[in-house]
Amino acid sequence: MAEEIIIPGWKKWLEDIGEQVSFFTRFVKNIFVGGFEWSEFVRQCYEIGYRSFMLVGITSFIMGVVLILQLRPTLVAFGAASMLPKTLSVSFVREIGPVIIAIICAGKIASSIGAELGSMKVTEQLDAMDVSGANPLQYLVVTRILATTIMVPILSVMGDVIGLFGGFLALNLRDHMSLSLYATKVLASLDYTDFLPAFIKTIFFGLAIGFVGCYKGFHSARGTESVGLAANSAVVTASLWIFVIDAIAVQVTSLLFYK
Amino acid sequence: MEEATIKHQTEKKAPVHDKKEVVIEIKKLKKSFGTKQVLTNINLTVHRGENVVVLGKSGQGKSVTIQCIVGMLIPDSGTLKVFGEEVAELNEKELKELRIKIGFLFQSGALYDSMTVRENLEFPLTRVLKLKDHAEIDKRVEDVLESVGLADAADKMPSDLSGGMRKRAGLARTLIVHPEIMLYDEPTTGLDPITSREISELILNMQKKYKTTSIIITHDMECARITADRVVIMNDGEYIEEGTFDTLHHSKNEIVKSFFKDIS
Ligand SMILES: Nc1ncnc2c1ncn2[C@@H]1O[C@H](COP(=O)(O)OP(=O)(O)OP(=O)(O)O)[C@@H](O)[C@H]1O
Ligand SMILES: [Mg+2]
Repeated sequence: MAEEIIIPGWKKWLEDIGEQVSFFTRFVKNIFVGGFEWSEFVRQCYEIGYRSFMLVGITSFIMGVVLILQLRPTLVAFGAASMLPKTLSVSFVREIGPVIIAIICAGKIASSIGAELGSMKVTEQLDAMDVSGANPLQYLVVTRILATTIMVPILSVMGDVIGLFGGFLALNLRDHMSLSLYATKVLASLDYTDFLPAFIKTIFFGLAIGFVGCYKGFHSARGTESVGLAANSAVVTASLWIFVIDAIAVQVTSLLFYK
Repeated sequence: MEEATIKHQTEKKAPVHDKKEVVIEIKKLKKSFGTKQVLTNINLTVHRGENVVVLGKSGQGKSVTIQCIVGMLIPDSGTLKVFGEEVAELNEKELKELRIKIGFLFQSGALYDSMTVRENLEFPLTRVLKLKDHAEIDKRVEDVLESVGLADAADKMPSDLSGGMRKRAGLARTLIVHPEIMLYDEPTTGLDPITSREISELILNMQKKYKTTSIIITHDMECARITADRVVIMNDGEYIEEGTFDTLHHSKNEIVKSFFKDIS
């Protein structure tokens, strides 16, 4: 009895996974079919960068300020106030920056892609494109996923810089440190094992954000309310993916770099 | 000049399918969604150059039938051949080639709302026909906009158009590739009588000019009268009667009669 209730749920879940895998394979195939949609791709990159720039900048700045203010009392208690730039830069670049920025982007970008494609689905625009013999996957999906895959890492690097600058300003509320000394300390405390794994991680964050947004939009049901649902579940699923990827990334990184 | 030809064609209702080449052949088509059987037994043969009008109440599965023809929906059983090939058995590439030859006008128009009207029209030219020559693209866009009467709306966004204009723009986007088969899903619904008439005459004009084979789904009897070489009546998932507009007009069948009761 119980199985009968549980199995349909599992079946649906497995079907959904299968559909996601097939959607992903079709995405990859369509990157290489020829006739790449350059202008749409550039437009998407611009839209994504432009739409998220301010939000990412402000959030990163505040995170940098808050982290310094939070860390300071603890480090001062240990007589390690001079460690502040190092502590901030390592924690920000390795973990806090990429994850916070990716979550922001999931909220901003995955939802808007989900809503845009979802409403195209509901108003039969996707069907119209398909039936006309054009390739909606190539025009809409490939361009959007590649755009997020490129733009999220760029936004993350930008957010890192702004966050660290916020930290510098916060530091100067109590202590005095010149920008050049701060920059030297930050750069000295970071090496490629901090930056590179974090950067690679953000590429996957971007991929997940674009993929989930497109998948949810393409698979939204008929009816206007499903557009909202598509946007909503795009954000939730993309955020979940970000934490899963982060957890995997930390394992891989510690195996490779930190031994 | 143009008007004169249209008028002439409206009056002269000679069937154009002399060659009798079968373009669409549907036999015993069945389709259900879950437990709901929508199409129970559809049989229809359409010849080259013929305009077939499908009449039927709302929710009878008229749209479902033409969605099966372009392979958007897969029928449960029965035969559905277009140009002699079973649609359900085509692979992805063959289906795409077939779709290029079929124009599908959606009930809603389905304009791409992130693009201007012009970009909407250029889309099938550059993405499907892969045209490169800008002069030719511009010419085709101007021509088709002219024929649907939207010449001055080329650079508007779909959201700035009225319902009727959107419908005409959708029609223009479908016609611009000169498809061999046109499937019109309620081309005149929601339009004023004058625009409806213009659209109906445009459909007729396309048939003459490009030898287009068409299936026209409509509730608009005026449109049916103008465009139809043959009318089929759909009820409860099957076609119950067919014939020319005039023969059906005098039919004894109650359901058929109900469609014609408002016209003299
Ligand atoms: N993709 C689908 N999934 C499930 N049910 C569907 C689908 N498409 C259509 N239906 C159902 O099939 C039935 C027939 O729909 P269809 O759109 O063909 O009607 P119609 O004859 O075109 O009506 P109208 O004149 O109102 O457009 C409806 O009950 C509809 O709910
Ligand atoms: Mg319909």
